[in-house]
Amino acid sequence: MASAIGILDLQGDVIEHIAHFESIGVSTRRVKAPADLSGLSGLVIPGGESTCLWRLLRLFELDRAIADAVGQQKIKVWGTCAGAILLATRIRNEPAKLGLLDIEVARNAFGSQLDSFHSRALIPKISDREVPLTFIRAPKILQAGKDVEVLLAVDDYIAMVESTAALATIFHPEMTPCLAFHRYFARKCGVQRSGTDRV
Amino acid sequence: MKLYTKTRNKQNSRLIWPTFRLYLKPQKQLIVPRKISSAKNATREDNMENNRYELNVQLAQMLKGGVIMDVVDVEQAKTAEEAGAVAVMALERVPSDIRRQGGVARMSDPDMIAAIKQAVSIPVMAKARIGHFVEAQVLEALSIDYIDESEVLTPADEECHIDKSLFSIPFVCGARNLGEALRRIAEGAAMIRTKGEAGTGDVVEAVRHMRTMNREIRQLQNLPTEEVVPFAKERGLPLELSFKVRELGRLPVVNFAAGGIATPADAALMMQLGCDGVFVGSGIFKSSDPAKRAQAIVKAVACFNDPDQILEASRGLGTAMESINVSGMEDGERLAGRGW
Repeated sequence: MASAIGILDLQGDVIEHIAHFESIGVSTRRVKAPADLSGLSGLVIPGGESTCLWRLLRLFELDRAIADAVGQQKIKVWGTCAGAILLATRIRNEPAKLGLLDIEVARNAFGSQLDSFHSRALIPKISDREVPLTFIRAPKILQAGKDVEVLLAVDDYIAMVESTAALATIFHPEMTPCLAFHRYFARKCGVQRSGTDRV
Repeated sequence: MKLYTKTRNKQNSRLIWPTFRLYLKPQKQLIVPRKISSAKNATREDNMENNRYELNVQLAQMLKGGVIMDVVDVEQAKTAEEAGAVAVMALERVPSDIRRQGGVARMSDPDMIAAIKQAVSIPVMAKARIGHFVEAQVLEALSIDYIDESEVLTPADEECHIDKSLFSIPFVCGARNLGEALRRIAEGAAMIRTKGEAGTGDVVEAVRHMRTMNREIRQLQNLPTEEVVPFAKERGLPLELSFKVRELGRLPVVNFAAGGIATPADAALMMQLGCDGVFVGSGIFKSSDPAKRAQAIVKAVACFNDPDQILEASRGLGTAMESINVSGMEDGERLAGRGW
């Protein structure tokens, strides 16, 4: 199935995700309204400010449309940072948003911008080499449900998880030159890549 | 309008952010400790590395397509967050009050800023005076998320801006043209905004500044290599950054619009002109229905290319802030002239 991956285009680092998918030969579509979801095989909820994204999701009635697309049309969804918060079924001290992935998250759990950082880690499912990680005012995944696989756990928190329907990273692969995460998600969505990688 | 839509999309599709250009080059230190630096133990070496600066540019990238709102207390900060602001600027007086009351405008009370930081989960910014590096040190010690070295406050130095490269915390600075923007970036600013004319509700200066920057970038792109040096010399552009801008076709950091934005249409205008997001100062909390206007501007920025949505956002907002026509102002009353 040669189909596109949608990038939720309301606020945040949309073009970085698009550029990453383009460089691995995957076509993308900006998603601003429920109609934009039809025929997609995957959807990325990018990094940004989750309160802003959530407000706009409801305003444009995308909240239910995304839940339906994931629940009924079985499109896969990937949340980075703010996107991971929106996907979670439990958010510390506040109500859940989309609730599509059985995890508990704590918003902005590292501190202020002064506590943002870069690091590297080996995530066997993603690459056999270490991959760069960028944490910007990141949330923490505190717990993952039984049907959720933990792909990366660091110290006292979980940084990356996967379920049948969803992928969540509290860091920003779209901010690094690493394309492995985008390749992985494209594979998960069953999307054909046209041509060879440009990077 | 169509024209801008097209230009912008075309620009976006071939846009490669400088941060991952940086990564594409072979890096010397790819093996690094898990946590590179934090506020408490950041050393001068940390700051000299690109890592901290890169993280700061990246935070600004997360704010793209968003609205940053001036707030003077916890209640306003909550209203802004609820309306969908991507960040708040905590200050004691909004620019229109500073303009009216005059006197010396300084960094805000740290307790007030701390209370706002406590009340919201979105990033909190605060203003330091131009050149007042100790106000910036204090704001950094307060662990806020971003400092605005702002012409809205009374300048503390009429020659030098803050050496922002010495700090771990990110800075945003105002600019009227490419020269100001690149000099601020050379000093370490991780984000640029137009100066516009703060506290007036008149968008004309923000438009002028955005158009000027865009025009100078286009000119730079069309120059043969040997003409870049005289072009840069004439306008006071740092040379290395001039070549970078020429290659990227845009500023190497996020560029927001600020100064005089009062309506959803103003905000969408600035977005169609090619900025990455907007700051709204007095425009929200000096209007008759701040919560509604804040939501409307957030919506207009998210759908800046869709006239039907902007129309919807523009309905039933009550009256805009009390505004001043900039063309009738004396030079001395203009804040945009501050900055060197």
